[in-house]
Parts: sequence; structure tokens; C-alpha cells
Amino acid sequence: MTELAIRTEDLRRTYRKAKKRKGDSPDASKEFVALDGVSLEVRPGELFGLLGPNGAGKTTLIKILTTLLAPSSGKAWVDGLDVVADAKKLRPLINMVSGGESSGYGILTVMENLWLFGRIYGVPNAIIKERTEKMLKIVELSDKANSKVSHLSTGQRQKMNFCRGFITDPKVLFLDEPTLGLDVTAARAIRKFVKQWIAEDTSRTLLLTTHYMAEADELCDRLAIIDKGKVLACDTPANLKRKVQQYPIFELLLAPTDGSKLDLGRVHGVHQATRTETPTNVSWKVALREEAVIGNVVQAVTQGGERILSLAKSEPTLEDVFIELVGHKLS
Amino acid sequence: MTNITPFQLFYRAAQARTYPRIAWMYRHKTWIFQETLLPILSVSALAFVYEWMQAPREYVGMVILGAAMTAFWMNVLWSMGGQLYWERDSGNLELYIMSPAPMMSILTGMALGGMLMTLVRAIAIVSAGMILFNVEFAPTSWWLLALVFALTMTALYGLGAMFSSLFLLWGREAWHTVNLLQEPVYLATGMNFPLVALERVLHWFIPAVALFIPLTAGMDALRQVLFRTPGFIPLEWEIGLLAALSAIFLFFAKRTLAMLERKAKEQGTITVKWK
Repeated sequence: MTELAIRTEDLRRTYRKAKKRKGDSPDASKEFVALDGVSLEVRPGELFGLLGPNGAGKTTLIKILTTLLAPSSGKAWVDGLDVVADAKKLRPLINMVSGGESSGYGILTVMENLWLFGRIYGVPNAIIKERTEKMLKIVELSDKANSKVSHLSTGQRQKMNFCRGFITDPKVLFLDEPTLGLDVTAARAIRKFVKQWIAEDTSRTLLLTTHYMAEADELCDRLAIIDKGKVLACDTPANLKRKVQQYPIFELLLAPTDGSKLDLGRVHGVHQATRTETPTNVSWKVALREEAVIGNVVQAVTQGGERILSLAKSEPTLEDVFIELVGHKLS
Repeated sequence: MTNITPFQLFYRAAQARTYPRIAWMYRHKTWIFQETLLPILSVSALAFVYEWMQAPREYVGMVILGAAMTAFWMNVLWSMGGQLYWERDSGNLELYIMSPAPMMSILTGMALGGMLMTLVRAIAIVSAGMILFNVEFAPTSWWLLALVFALTMTALYGLGAMFSSLFLLWGREAWHTVNLLQEPVYLATGMNFPLVALERVLHWFIPAVALFIPLTAGMDALRQVLFRTPGFIPLEWEIGLLAALSAIFLFFAKRTLAMLERKAKEQGTITVKWK
């Protein structure tokens, strides 16, 4: 069996809460459960996403996988190496970038900071220089290469930190909200680069956490939705959306007609139909038992003497999936 | 990661971590005034007292030596001791722990960087003392002087490496404790006077215990080499003690770092700030 890039087995992590204060409920737990039996498998070459609200356990999971935190129970392996017992062997193979991180030295320039964090991985100077120049070009920070980090904006600093993650050419890379604080152009460039980076070498694996549903949808081969320390679902974005929406849904916009008696709910193959009328148009939302039924619907409209202004298929979004599973919007 | 030996990794990481301090020294040149002229003023006060008392020349020499060596002590305590604490606050500590570089290499880099600036301060104090107060530093042997100085620095910065883990573990309480102990340490280590004076005035037990602070043994040994004055214990014993302290502190620095990392990973405090 091919070695998995990341594997966790019933991973748990609890934190001891601060001492009870006056006014605390007698039943208040002394422990906070950050991860509650997380079992995941990520294959080599996968771009795996982790979606969840604040406090869901995403960062806790990443910190365990990057050897910064010990699990309370359960096991985790990255590239076949135990994150606790084999931490020293694992560290040369991984790297992590967190959104909003403030690491680095303000007194040093961008180039110098990236050089420093490359050298602690033992990367030779010439290779650091080559990779730094390439990465700075990708994130459009080449003009700030010799600027002190203390003079950079938050977004520019985030770009520098993003570059730091790739200077060491890790086998498994962890990105914790990498586009946080970046403008649209920069975020787009980063997403494009991330896809290319993964595609270039199938031995590379990337685990990404993000709040941006569109980003997860665009980038991830598979993703896990996590809330209150538990994985609620784990599948490809397409399959997750399919699970939420059992029937294909179409939206029709019709020109208003006086005395219309059209009832699309009676059309054979239509599971459910909802009509909404405004002074300028009539919209129908129809859930069909199968996609081919749309032909019957169109025929019913035209036979009823109505005029179709637009017809579009409505796809559920990851946000719909999220709300369905978690019960509230991503905060 | 390209295939490299553990030594190469240690060297590259230490070199990298030395760099921020060197860059700071180069880019903020005002430290030269602060680190050279101001210490000379504080040394001058005591030196003038000895001059007025018409004390033997080596007494002024001891004051100058004490000021120079105390600069290293302060660097070890506040700069190196507190460094990991500040690295955690800035988010760098987790990057260092996550990297393959051993923490001892990071601490070595910090030590070398701090030592460089402190060396400039020490040289300025010694040079000013020689010129202003006509003090002669004529060691019995320059090789012996270099050996004693190197061992003192190794033991001192080994202690600093140990402190840095403890500071991180105990947080702000460690700062307060060290602050409180500053003056007693100056007294016990004989910063401005020969250690034998403590034996005569108080009890031999106090300087005997103080010898286990590298600064004490180091200064007493340097006085013996530079001024040919009798030390609290013979020079050979002090050299042996410094060598032993170097090994012990470096060993415990490595152990406390490993213990600290294990505890921090269990408690989840590697990234907790303002503890």
C-alpha cells in the first residue's frame, strides 16, 4: 500500500481550563476539548482542505501534525513518521505558514529574513537565493526584496511569510489561512501558484485551512469539514455538494403573464416547484427527480404560452454544505 | 532538504541566527556611544575613589576588569536569557522548533551575536581604563589569558542557554527573580574587589558558593593572570572549575531545552504569548 502523506487515528487534544472563578457553574468542565477523535487520511500529491469555524480545531490539528503540540491521545503520522516519536526525522520534510503570522525580524530585509529561515533547514545559499527570487516574483514582492520587514504592510509581510514556506521545498506543507489579509490579485496569484506547485511533483502534499469557501472549492482535491473538534464530513467538494442537494435544481425566469395558470409542480418528474412573482418577472425554482425532466418543464412552459427569459442550473455551494452540516454560517 | 551533516546544519543555523544581531549593530550605529562612553563614566567613579585613596594600581585594574566582565554577565542574563521569551512573542520560536535545526544551534547563534557587541563594549572599557588611568594589563601569559577568557565565556553563555529555557518555562516571574538577585550577585562575585576580601569580611562559605557562578571564577582567575594577585583558590583549580562548569551548563542547557520543549508541547504553550 502506498504510504499515506498524512494519517491521524482517533486524535484527541484537550486543554486544561484556567481555575474556576466565582460565578462559574458547578458543572463547568475543567477541560476544553479541541480535537475529539479525528481520523483522517491524506494521500501523497493531494491538496487537502480543512474547513471549519473559529475554534473548530483546525489550527490545533496543524500544530500536532507539525510537531508543535502533543496529542492527548491517538496517533498521527506525516510521511509515515510518527509526529511525536519521530519528530526530529520529520522536521526536515515539512513546513508551515500561518495567515496573520508576525514572524521574522523587522531589522532585516525580506531577502535576509528568507535567507535566515532557509538556513535553519540547511539549504545552501545559492539555492535559497534562486528560490527566493522566484517566490518574490510570484507574489509580486520583488521590489521590496531589500526593504526592511518593519517597513512592510501587513499584506506584504504575509506575502513574505508565504514565500518562507516554499524556500525549503517541503514534502508536506501546511498552510493555515495563507491568503488572509491579501488583496484579490495577490490571493489569486497564490492560489494559482499553489495548484502549480502541487501538480509539478506528485510526491508533494499540501494541507490547507481556509475560511474562504470559494478558495476551498477551487483548490482542494478533497476537504474535511470540522466543527467542535470532530470531522463532520470528508470528501471531494463535488461529492459533498451532491450529498446536500439530492435533486438537481433549475431556476427559470419567465415574462409576466396575466391570468397565468401554469403549475410546474404538476409536471411529471418534478419533485418540488416554487413560484415567486414580481412586477417585472415570474421566477420558478424546480427540483427535478432527474436532470432530463427539464425538457418536460420547458415544454410545459411553452405549451402554457409563457415566455422563458432565462434558465439556469442552481448548484449548491460549499457554504450550503457547511450550513447543512454545522448548522450556522462560517464566522 | 539537501543531504547535509549534523555539523553543517548546526553551523548554518548558528550562522543564520547570529546575523540579526550583526545587522542591528551595523544599521543602528548609535549603540557605539551607549556601549562605549557611558560604561567608562560608571567605571571612572570607582576608579577616582581608588586614585584618591592612593590604592595600588591593580585595584583600579580590577574595577576596569569587573566592568568589562559584568557587561558579559548582563548580556547573558537579559539578552540571552530573555531571548527565547521574545522569540516566542514574535512567533519565531515555533518556526525554530519546527525546523530541523537543533535549538542549541539557535542559542549558539544568539550567544555569538550578543557576545560580539559586548566584546566591543568590553574592549572600549579596558582601552579607556588603560589610557585614562594608566593601568597596565600585563598577563603572565597571553595564551593563559585567552584560555581563561574562553572558558569563562563558554561557561557563562552555557549558563545563559540554561537561563533561556527557564525564563521561557517560568515566564515573567523569572524576570522579577533575576532582577532581585542582581545586586547580591554583584557582591558575591566580587565585581569591583578581589574575592578574598569577602572571605575576610564575611565567611569563606560565601565566595566558595559564588565560585559556581562562572563570572566569579572567571574574574578571580583573570585577576590572577593579569595582576599576579592571589586568588580565592589557585589558578589551576579555577581553570578546572571553569572547564567543568562549561561542560555542566552546556549539558544542562541541552537537557532543559529538551524538557522545555516536551512540556510546552504537552501543555500547548509553545505559541502562548505573555505568559
